Amino acid sequence: MIDLLPPALILLAGALLVGPLRGHWRSAAVLLTPLVTLWAVWQVPDGVSLSLPFLGYQIEPLEGSALRRLFATIFALMAFVGGLYAFRQARWYELAAGYAYAAGAIGVCFAGDLITLFLFWELMALFSTIIVWCGGTPGARAAGIRYAIMHLLGGVILKVGIEGVYVHTGSLDIQPMLATNFDTWMILIGILINAAAPPLSAWLADAYPESSPTGSVFLSAFTTKTAVLALILLFPGEPVLIWIGIYMIMYGIIYALLENDARRILAYSIVNQVGFMVCAIGIGSQLALNGAAAHAFAHIVYKALLFMSAGVVVYRTGKRKCTDLGGLFRTMPLTTVCGIIGALSISSFPLTSGFTTKTMISQAAADGGLVTVYFLLAAASAGVFLHAGIKFPWFVFFQKDSGLRPKDAPWNMGVAMVIFAAICLWLGIFPETLYQFLPYPVDYIPYTAGKVVFYLQLLLFSGLAFFLLLPMMKRTLTISLDMDWLWRVFALRIGSALYNALGSAGGMLEDASLKKLTQLAAVGRRYLGVGKSEASRGLFARTWPIGTTTLWIAVLLTAYLLVYFL
Amino acid sequence: MSQHPDDDTWLVRPATIRLLWRILWIVLALTVAAHFVIKVKGYFVIDAWYGFGAAFGFLACLLMVLIAKGLGFFLKRDENYYRGDQEDD
Repeated sequence: MIDLLPPALILLAGALLVGPLRGHWRSAAVLLTPLVTLWAVWQVPDGVSLSLPFLGYQIEPLEGSALRRLFATIFALMAFVGGLYAFRQARWYELAAGYAYAAGAIGVCFAGDLITLFLFWELMALFSTIIVWCGGTPGARAAGIRYAIMHLLGGVILKVGIEGVYVHTGSLDIQPMLATNFDTWMILIGILINAAAPPLSAWLADAYPESSPTGSVFLSAFTTKTAVLALILLFPGEPVLIWIGIYMIMYGIIYALLENDARRILAYSIVNQVGFMVCAIGIGSQLALNGAAAHAFAHIVYKALLFMSAGVVVYRTGKRKCTDLGGLFRTMPLTTVCGIIGALSISSFPLTSGFTTKTMISQAAADGGLVTVYFLLAAASAGVFLHAGIKFPWFVFFQKDSGLRPKDAPWNMGVAMVIFAAICLWLGIFPETLYQFLPYPVDYIPYTAGKVVFYLQLLLFSGLAFFLLLPMMKRTLTISLDMDWLWRVFALRIGSALYNALGSAGGMLEDASLKKLTQLAAVGRRYLGVGKSEASRGLFARTWPIGTTTLWIAVLLTAYLLVYFL
Repeated sequence: MSQHPDDDTWLVRPATIRLLWRILWIVLALTVAAHFVIKVKGYFVIDAWYGFGAAFGFLACLLMVLIAKGLGFFLKRDENYYRGDQEDD
């Protein structure tokens, strides 16, 4: 008996309602279903509260815990604010896909077994691809196909792992494991593909900026953060994650520094931020896992805020490259201020949500005695300020006067941005609001005078470095090659070279066989050829005298007799 | 758009920008000076050194920009690089 409705199904129902409803009814559905979902999320008790048979397996689609509710809360909140941001501008099918996508993410949050997790995982892959396609351009179509291939591949790898774990352990439970054998490695790799971990991180920066201004807001939130949740649930303390995380952090910074597309800068910085979380999960202490969860929560808010401000710019100007933008602060004050608040939060400036969550991860590294990791994280914090904290607002809103004088955000986009900007500041000033919902008890004090001085020095001198090095960071009309070059270009070249080689080999074979065939035809003609005159006929096609024929029959019968008696 | 710089918004006038730079330098000096008054609790000895955060932040950024610049030399391609390939299909 189901005594409470799974929150994911409520949001999924909302997604189904968006299509048939019209006008105010549709707006009501868009705005209300995430709130009902949010309410339902908080009705989910700890432990398994729903268990049903599915294809001969017993699955548990609804299992609650503090951590699961925390992620589901931010996903539902994200769906609400994303819906508010998008409902007057986005097409209905983008909204519907966005809600189905969010429903998938919430479903993963409460998945009590690996089969449920996999089903909702694929739901996300499906509808996030549709959101990429909603970009509507040929570029979006191609990027969507590449995105889908990558996520279907990830899904297959995850499924191989899940099947292996079930066959070898007989358990489908979601419980902490380490990547020690083939099965668990497959699960880890499947999840890491969704987290945009190396070497398959290129899909994120490839696909997200191709979506519509509203679509990218949805995309920024769910896929990578459900992967973070899955990693916390399945692989806490898996040491390999520390270095994967560090790689992602540095990758995000370097590529964002080279990038010209405003939303692609933000996409790279998603990889960078998820890197912090992945690294924390690798450290695996209670403080580190709290830090990963808290940072995921804060990150969804400020990254969506950044994508919203970039989205308003794209929506109003139709331009997406830093080289085309600049000076927009004159006519877009609200978008500028909200963008700056998001940028300060991502840079973990004191009094923003980034500071109260990301420093937990650094503290966990320090407590764990991980010297190198600690200093790399500190350097990365400086780098985040450099590539996202200043670079994004500077090149979009200040820099030079591009001559563009767009209107500021439409009211619903403005309200959505203000809500998230307020959350960024609230969690920075009153971090206990978030700390009380973390999976483990928190005895972490974010604001000590020494720490604030340290981070202010770190960040402000990074700012100085940015403005001093500005001539070196002149935007160019370029893209940067990534690992996907290997299959988008290199494999294609190898493939076409192979194709050409096979083609010419085939041609040679054809020539050779043609020569053989004419020889064969000559032989055939000699023995079997049917000519006009008796003399031109082949040996066996001629009319032979009766005597010769009788003689041959006698010879054949004798041979038959001999064979018979032998 | 092509007006005299002094006619543009207050924020982009050269005088304002000079003022902003001056403020930045003062704030930077203050954060370093604050180190005299406030003890920074380091975790690994050197991060408690005087002005470590400032130097580390600046040098880390410098290094990252240089690395990005160097990698850009190999990785940067014209923005139509992939698009050209697609049209061949």
